[in-house]
Amino acid sequence: MKTSQTEKLGKTTFGGALNAGLRAALANHPKVLLMGEDIGKLGGVFRITDGLQAEFGEQRVLDSPLAESGIIGTAVGLAYRGYRSVPEIQFDGFVYPAFDQIVSQVAKIHYRTSGAVTMPITIRIPFGGGIGSPEHHSESPEAYFVHTPGLRVVSPSSPAEAYWMIQDAIACDDPVIFFEPKRHYHEKQDLTGIEEGKDRLPLGAARIVRPGEHVTIVSYGALVKTSLSAATAAEDDGISVEVIDLRSLSPIDFGTIEASVRKTGRLVIAHEAALTGGLGAEIAASVTERCFHYLEHAPVRVTGWDLPYPPSKLEKHHLPDMDRILDGVDRVLDRPNSYSRFEGK
Amino acid sequence: MELSAAGDDHFEQMLKPCGERVPNPLNDRWINDLTDADLASLYQDMVVIRRLDTEATALQRQGELALWPPLLGQEASQVGAARALQNKDFIFPSYRESGVLVLRGVSPTELMRVWRGSSTTTWNPYDHNVASPQIIIGAQTHHAVGYAMGLGMDGEEAAAVSFFGDGATSQGDVNEAMVFAATYHAPAVFFCQNNHWAISEPVGLQSQTHIADRARGFGIPAVRVDGNDVLAVLAVTRRALEQARHGGGPFFIEAVTYRMGPHTTADDPTRYRDQGELEHWKGRDPLDRMAKYLAQSGADMEQIEKDAQAAADEMAAVVRAEIKQTVEPTARDLFTHVYSEEHPRINEQRDHYEAYLQQFGDSLDGNGANGNGAGGSAGAAR
Repeated sequence: MKTSQTEKLGKTTFGGALNAGLRAALANHPKVLLMGEDIGKLGGVFRITDGLQAEFGEQRVLDSPLAESGIIGTAVGLAYRGYRSVPEIQFDGFVYPAFDQIVSQVAKIHYRTSGAVTMPITIRIPFGGGIGSPEHHSESPEAYFVHTPGLRVVSPSSPAEAYWMIQDAIACDDPVIFFEPKRHYHEKQDLTGIEEGKDRLPLGAARIVRPGEHVTIVSYGALVKTSLSAATAAEDDGISVEVIDLRSLSPIDFGTIEASVRKTGRLVIAHEAALTGGLGAEIAASVTERCFHYLEHAPVRVTGWDLPYPPSKLEKHHLPDMDRILDGVDRVLDRPNSYSRFEGK
Repeated sequence: MELSAAGDDHFEQMLKPCGERVPNPLNDRWINDLTDADLASLYQDMVVIRRLDTEATALQRQGELALWPPLLGQEASQVGAARALQNKDFIFPSYRESGVLVLRGVSPTELMRVWRGSSTTTWNPYDHNVASPQIIIGAQTHHAVGYAMGLGMDGEEAAAVSFFGDGATSQGDVNEAMVFAATYHAPAVFFCQNNHWAISEPVGLQSQTHIADRARGFGIPAVRVDGNDVLAVLAVTRRALEQARHGGGPFFIEAVTYRMGPHTTADDPTRYRDQGELEHWKGRDPLDRMAKYLAQSGADMEQIEKDAQAAADEMAAVVRAEIKQTVEPTARDLFTHVYSEEHPRINEQRDHYEAYLQQFGDSLDGNGANGNGAGGSAGAAR
């Protein structure tokens, strides 16, 4: 990951793309600084910040004490001073000690000061399961932040998205919660020519990653890839599935979703987070309000169960996989499915 | 009941409650420059700040303010601290530092409009280097430390000061902030007004040691000062700020004072504290003490008192007139400044609400008869 600013990116991992994006942000703006536990010499527990402290110094890439509220709270003070901090929360389940600073301070200070003080803070959080980790290392807490006015919430699903989205998040004058699907850190993509901005979308836009006619699947983060696998499998049954990568969880690009649902008439939403009060509920309700007369079936959610994240030997039952998403597709198409057995019980 | 786990002694003092000046070798040099006029103005500031408090409390009782957090009894802590600051220092207050804010240049009326419910903050923090008052206990200590880290990186000879109460020292944030300040050697001054009560909870419930002693455990030099002694507070705060501004790192001040009024105008302290305790502290009143000192040192107290009351009267008259002329925000303001960049969901909800209001002949640029968009006109339209 020793890519210099001028060196072109070739085949690059998701983590490497983030590293390159962070490097570009540090090089482009003298007031960008990174902060977090173990991000300096170690380069972060996932090595996302590898080499950046050596390149930019200890004043730009700060190893912080082990105190999440302090990491975010000091970023607030630095923002008052004109700095654009990129704090790293080491794992999803560790963000809760910082919750007050995020929802009561970071999210509200622009409103509280009638726009006089901006909070250009990008909070990086590796999120989601599927890597066999212990408790607190596999959670999907995005709904808490999506529910909080004043925050923007995004999640890239590929190395190319990671490379641009991290730079766009840092450049944004609003606070951004940046959820990194840790399951994808080692996945590679050829990023040759990416510096020219090919396929780059605005921060708040959703992307149609696979066009289709019969069913729309909306997903984000690690489940985009799973949804694409489901779409490929469905094709064998003659079902044409459109897959939308949400990219921005707040605000949600309802324009793209609505256009798709008006075409397909059927919507499946897939996420790892728990069902109740999750993003799927918001999307299902909003799409129903806006596209009721276009829908051939009620929107269906395929999600993690309403459980504390289970021990890793059981996570295969908790995380939506390709088959559970296909079951959701069967539901919206009124084909035989798990619910057709379940409803009569 | 224990007044304080640590008692009231063992603090830096320069004026006894009887007004006698106590020599203090460590601190004397920090106030040697004060002229007779400076001393009189310290007293005048305290009189004006006390009047601010009285006036705000009255306005709350008259329904002009929704709530007010009194600072009665804490005038010496606030005036001493505020007068030690330089313009380039940045402060992060809690909700009880109204005296500090006004001395920093925030207009008393603007400040009160926050408590009226007309706005969250009515001043630009960069105009006075004063952040928005913080209601979440202790959260602002982090902000001050972060700002101070930025000052250090920028090579600015200035400090960031957080103000908080004794109750806040139980919060994780204040403790984490001290860790960060010490680790990064930030020019951050922690100013704790130990006013003995966190709503109904005495300081002994928060701390089994002097609060200042905790800071030393983080490697932060700390001073416990008589918070009802304006000269001592001024001297100690000047010392802390100078040290911080010139590479000395963080500093912690515990100003031992007393909240003579309720926590807020919604509180009733007779339910949880003895009248005797209040009487004890009335004997340590910060204004009386300074007045006695000035009189003993030969100042024309009659004239000083007259000038101070005139300044207080003028401030109160201005506040009374201005608060009633408050132009309330419009429904459009509701949707403004949530984000600094365009946000489709907010725009959509704003436009939807506009369409809703128009059904009743209202608009986003009104405030509504009942302070609620459609208000009383809704029924008439149906």
